[in-house]
Amino acid sequence: MARVVVDVMLKPEILDPQGQAIARKLPQMGFEGVTGVRQGKRFEVELEGPADEAALEQVRKIAETLLANPVIENFEVFVE
Amino acid sequence: MSTARVGVITFPGSLDDRDAARAVRLAGAEPVALWHADKDLRGVDAVVLPGGFSYGDYLRAGAIARFAPIMEELVPAAKAGLPVLGVCNGFQILCESHLLPGALRPNASLHFVCRDQRLRVERADTAWTSGYTEGQELVIPVKNQDGCYVADAETVAELEESGRVVVRYLDLNPNGSLNDIAGICNEAGNVVGLMPHPEHAVETLTGPTTDGLGFFTSIVKGLVNA
Repeated sequence: MARVVVDVMLKPEILDPQGQAIARKLPQMGFEGVTGVRQGKRFEVELEGPADEAALEQVRKIAETLLANPVIENFEVFVE
Repeated sequence: MSTARVGVITFPGSLDDRDAARAVRLAGAEPVALWHADKDLRGVDAVVLPGGFSYGDYLRAGAIARFAPIMEELVPAAKAGLPVLGVCNGFQILCESHLLPGALRPNASLHFVCRDQRLRVERADTAWTSGYTEGQELVIPVKNQDGCYVADAETVAELEESGRVVVRYLDLNPNGSLNDIAGICNEAGNVVGLMPHPEHAVETLTGPTTDGLGFFTSIVKGLVNA
């Protein structure tokens, strides 16, 4: 059994109002020096078998068809 | 002359399917209830994807509805010319299905917005807007959480140059959409998606105006004349 992680992030050019709201709050909380926050999503995909190349290819397919919307998001797949 | 049959798809979490069916009836067509889990469009002449929160907006608004069994029928039919109108969540589903370019993101304000919205009709020659005149102003309710239309700069430029912005927000942009875009269409003009809800503006008893009826009478007129 293996765990494959898919990180999904908005493309840099896409406005992220949620990240902006978090960034705006930080100075009020006393956290200084943060110039920006962008919010993404992390998916942990549990596999029945090993995370071999075929399994990773399938997770990439899952990521590009469902977990991420390639119009606005990029994703990264890695084994943890 | 037979009555036009306009399908309204209900997904788990759809809210406005009844209002959409009512608007279809008021426009003089026969509404046909379609179910997300059936791979069957029941021979309808046009389809409305109604507003709501299909699958609870889990993952992204419209992301899971896009893979509903009925979409396997709808996507090729829309590409072949079947008139399809997506309202709010329906617009989000059309973008997720790549029948329309771009995507809908959370409102820039991060608040749910519900207001009577002034709009300008930019395209009066699509399947769903032929009953309006170009430049006509409408007041139609808008109510959404994820209504901020985004696309890459190239796509937005292409939409503007090819005249595929169908309706645009006036006075106030309720969600931060690029170029005040409220609705767009595909190249052929048979697939239209918009965030405001024309089906909530078809009777003075319940809506601010009857300005939304034109979307439904447009399709009926087009089908009868076809």
